[in-house]
Amino acid sequence: MAVLTVKDLDVKFHTPDGDVHAVKTVGFDVREGECLGVVGESGSGKSQMMLAAIGLLARNGRTAGSVLYRGKELVGLAQHKLNQVRGSKITMIFQDPLTSLTPHMRVGDQIMESLRTHQKMSRKEAYAQALATMELVRIPEGARRMRQYPHELSGGMRQRVMIVMATACKPDLLIADEPTTSLDVTVQAQILEIMRELKSKLGTSILLISHDMGVIASICDRVQVMRDGEFVEAGPIEDIFYRPKHPYTRMLLDAMPRIDRPKRPGHAVPAPMDRHRPVLLTVENMKVHFPIRMGGFIPKYKPLRAVDGVSFTLHEGETLGVVGESGCGKSTLARAILKLVPKTAGTVVWCGRDLDRESREELRALRKEFQIIFQDPLASLDPRMTIGESIAEPLRSLEAGIDKTKIEARVGEMLKKVGLDPAWINRYPHEFSGGQNQRVGVARAMILKPKMIICDEAVSALDVSIQAQIVDLILSLQKEFGMSLIFISHDLSVVRQVSHRVMVLYLGRVMELADCDSIYQDARHPYTKALIAAVPIPDPKLERAKPKIPLPELPSPLDTRAGLTFLKSKQIDDPDAEQYVPQLIEVAPGHFVAEHDPV
Amino acid sequence: MTPILPSERAALMNRAQNIKGRSLWTDARRRLFRNRAAVVSLAVLGTIALMAIFAPLLSPYTYEEADFSLVSCAPDWWRMETARCQAGGAHWFGTDAVGRDLFVRTLFGARVSLAVGLVATGVSLLIGVTYGATAGFIGGRIDEAMMRFVDVLYSLPFIFFVIILMVVFNRNFILLFVAIGAVEWLTMARIVRGQTLSIKQKEFVEAARAAGVSSFGIIRRHIVPNVVGPVVVYVTLTIPAVILAESFLSFLGLGIQEPMTSWGVLISEGATQMENAPWILAFPALFMAVTLFCFNFIGDGLRDALDPQDQ
Repeated sequence: MAVLTVKDLDVKFHTPDGDVHAVKTVGFDVREGECLGVVGESGSGKSQMMLAAIGLLARNGRTAGSVLYRGKELVGLAQHKLNQVRGSKITMIFQDPLTSLTPHMRVGDQIMESLRTHQKMSRKEAYAQALATMELVRIPEGARRMRQYPHELSGGMRQRVMIVMATACKPDLLIADEPTTSLDVTVQAQILEIMRELKSKLGTSILLISHDMGVIASICDRVQVMRDGEFVEAGPIEDIFYRPKHPYTRMLLDAMPRIDRPKRPGHAVPAPMDRHRPVLLTVENMKVHFPIRMGGFIPKYKPLRAVDGVSFTLHEGETLGVVGESGCGKSTLARAILKLVPKTAGTVVWCGRDLDRESREELRALRKEFQIIFQDPLASLDPRMTIGESIAEPLRSLEAGIDKTKIEARVGEMLKKVGLDPAWINRYPHEFSGGQNQRVGVARAMILKPKMIICDEAVSALDVSIQAQIVDLILSLQKEFGMSLIFISHDLSVVRQVSHRVMVLYLGRVMELADCDSIYQDARHPYTKALIAAVPIPDPKLERAKPKIPLPELPSPLDTRAGLTFLKSKQIDDPDAEQYVPQLIEVAPGHFVAEHDPV
Repeated sequence: MTPILPSERAALMNRAQNIKGRSLWTDARRRLFRNRAAVVSLAVLGTIALMAIFAPLLSPYTYEEADFSLVSCAPDWWRMETARCQAGGAHWFGTDAVGRDLFVRTLFGARVSLAVGLVATGVSLLIGVTYGATAGFIGGRIDEAMMRFVDVLYSLPFIFFVIILMVVFNRNFILLFVAIGAVEWLTMARIVRGQTLSIKQKEFVEAARAAGVSSFGIIRRHIVPNVVGPVVVYVTLTIPAVILAESFLSFLGLGIQEPMTSWGVLISEGATQMENAPWILAFPALFMAVTLFCFNFIGDGLRDALDPQDQ
């Protein structure tokens, strides 16, 4: 029997520019104890469909059709009747765990609140139930956590608290809208594991909405593929992944970078690396510490070690991948190399010139040779500048005495190169999609034909199909101009596709540095192994068979013990003590691994 | 993105040859002129300004010549045949308590009020935006020091400040601009600094730095255009405030001196005779209200015109 049956659900939004037909008469059902996945790219209407089904649509939205929960009609139900179902029988987890929790209430109180309203439990019963659910969701030290406030928890822990809130009432149906999208892969793997357990232990049905085929592969039983408000394909997971019929499904599967199969036909690969080309960039013992103010009247400052002793070299034409979880200092490292944030210690040598010794003007002139592409394509373009002006900006400031017609010619040429129409020179960023804006970002970085480009999560905010296009674009331009790349990403699959060498960072320190193939096939450090194991593979059989490697919770970077998470034997048990610094050991030619305890 | 056919692409390329890059300001002008309320306001304001400039040509009377036979005389332009009119010409707006022509006086008042409003606001805009953007952009200790200086100036009472200026430099028309402008820029600086602090954190500023744009270039090309929205709104509030501040100073005898006049002075005079001669209040007040409305509409129009997302 179906827990939820959706028939002819139709959602329209009334906007000043006319009606937007977000969901076009769709139907599906969620059966007892199964996990149904809805997959689609941004704007496909998958979230709006879910919100409409449970009556949480924005004010300008209109719902038509029928949504039956165990035979009971939900569309058009009065708010107070809907509330009896929502939050107790049907519960939700959203993408952003911070905004879904009330900041001023203790976590425990928030969990108990729903139990006490829906289950009419006493405070004591609710407390016991909350604690039991926390254990189920594997939150350690549940009693202590319940007394904490949301801001005291990490992102992964907050999402687990959200799951506790959603499951404490023992719902029939858990709706998860992109539950792991804002989390690191290692945390994502844990959350997915927890959801899988809920399904098998409690028999909860799950409706999982995601753009990530890997996530879908890891827990879903059936899949609906959505595009432009319609289902283009539906079926059991094996059919969708091994025998996809619709071209859109095939495209989604094909566009997804695969950590297990880096070189696939139809996808660009980096140009072969020539080791004999000269060294372009040498970074030595780079440290970036931010003073964090502790305490009140007479403040004490503790250093936050964002980057703590990173060294590497980059050859001409080489691509160095930098991976690590959020907060590991990858972006800070990029900005410190480009001198966008001041570094605390270390040297950056560019083509034999120490950047610290260069005068301000010389440094500005040198910026011609290294550029950066940012993560958020919209935020990195000035909303009040046309894209033509944005692309022309490096030309104007760094090519002395260039005249207007020449600038325009070069901008037009660059626009063509990145696959945009030169006639769009006068358009503003908000008129474009994320992928098109990222092409503008690429054009801006490439217009001076620099020797090195740092891609700081340049494709992370994009849909998979667009991501594949931008990666192909960057690689083809790299071949054309022969520049070096530092490719920073939390996505290990993309990094494998584009890099010659890969550096793994953990809390500002290098854990492992080696050739791309060595890292992925012969990882030595436990952190690297866990990171690789956590990446979801869009192949249900492989994904479910692969080993799970647990990782310790990410410690606070203010705690000096954090640097020795994988070398506990040398750790001094004092959060402020000077600690031993793990050394990099060359285990094979060119393969460096930080000292760690044997696993 | 829809795929572009080769033939279409060729056509687009040809078209692209003729497309010139546009800047924010050309676009803004185009959008401003599409805003009907702003265009009408510009026209009305322009008319008032022209009338103020050419006031002596529009009437046979002067602003200082008193006619004690016609004290507090109502507007009489519909009775063109009266003897009085044949003597000199109609008093379009009537006369004031000492028999001076109100029409000419209102236009002369417009000269002073508009000049004070525009110049003092312009001064406050120039100092405030530069000061605030600089403090916000540099940040740290320099920002602290600069903003504490603003706090110190804030704590000086306005009138006390004006009196000191008057004592040191004697009474002077120019001092009005200086005094009002010197006070009004403080709030502007605070608003701009706050905006700058938040814009400075944006990624596009970092992108500009990576593109080698100098600090001054970033302030000019990225910070200032992005703070323009709230600044324009504040300016449209400042102009009325300045015009009122001038009338307050004049009322205290620290500003404009008789027989020269301003709208503020005319309104305060008119207010005393509201009951027996309402026109003495009505005409200057009407002019001032229309002017302030116009500034508000122009401000609205500018704000929309300078925001490319609002096309």
